[in-house]
Amino acid sequence: MTDHSLPEHDSETDAELEAADLVRPYVITGGRELPAEHQFSLITLVTTAADQRQRPNRLSPEEQQLLEMCSGGYLSVAEIAGHTQLPLGVLKVLLSSLTEGGYLVTRAPVPQARLVDKELLQEVLNGLQARLG
Amino acid sequence: MVSRPALDDHAYVRSGAEQTAVKILVVGHFAVGKTTFIGTLSEITPLSTEESMTRVSETVDDLKGVRGKTTTTVALDFGRLTLSDRVVLYLFGTPGQERFVNLWEDMARGALGALVLVDPERLSDSFAVMDLVEEHGLAYAIGINHFDGTPSRTEAAVREALDLLPETPVVVMDARDERSSTDALITLVRYLQQRAALEHA
Repeated sequence: MTDHSLPEHDSETDAELEAADLVRPYVITGGRELPAEHQFSLITLVTTAADQRQRPNRLSPEEQQLLEMCSGGYLSVAEIAGHTQLPLGVLKVLLSSLTEGGYLVTRAPVPQARLVDKELLQEVLNGLQARLG
Repeated sequence: MVSRPALDDHAYVRSGAEQTAVKILVVGHFAVGKTTFIGTLSEITPLSTEESMTRVSETVDDLKGVRGKTTTTVALDFGRLTLSDRVVLYLFGTPGQERFVNLWEDMARGALGALVLVDPERLSDSFAVMDLVEEHGLAYAIGINHFDGTPSRTEAAVREALDLLPETPVVVMDARDERSSTDALITLVRYLQQRAALEHA
């Protein structure tokens, strides 16, 4: 698969990838482009949209199964990758397309600026301390 | 591909906690105890996923089957802790070797900080990971993972070997023990609070 995180630096490397490594991801994603770098992080949380329409048959089996998996609640992109064993790049393409289609909703992780937020750090600390009982 | 489309209820993030997803990296050299640490603390069975990485070195010789390829994959271990009704914490075990440098861009972005696990008997193995942590500007604490039968080096010796700043927290811990591992994270988060307070001052 391609290293989507650094597309501007890796064009040569991509070209050298063995064809076999690319064929299956290409088929699964229907040849769609990898999504923008920041659209899905490892801890972006994903679930099915509440007002989901009837799922049309044109969704691929992989997409149908992703919707099935996401219907039980929120999961992070990393967890979905772990459960499905899909390569992250491929998974992000599928999630991106399902989100665009209105089937999935996402919650972005805490933005960079809030990582040093006093209240957030205190809540993390309290949560950890509560585990010590 | 999806062998278990219907997951157990516990697999999903607790309702409400999806409001705030944060991550902490658990880093360190090969076999220092990252996976053990995550397994000790995670409320879900730790999962792993694969990230592609570009080979940095031509002399990679300790990963089976990667010779002759320009890219290979690396397994990322991760786990999850629900911390409150509205906060969920993900722990990502991130390999510290220099050849995983591309992966670090993704991992470091949006992380609260990092816990660097070190083996007191193999401190020089931690140099590469220390470089990566500092390059990416991650706030970190050091966890001396105290293995059985290893004489514990003093904190001072670790500080000197790793050339730590005086304020960098160092904690002796056991990645197999839940209380000890939780304490290590608490030490890190307290340090993050101190840094945040300085930034706001």
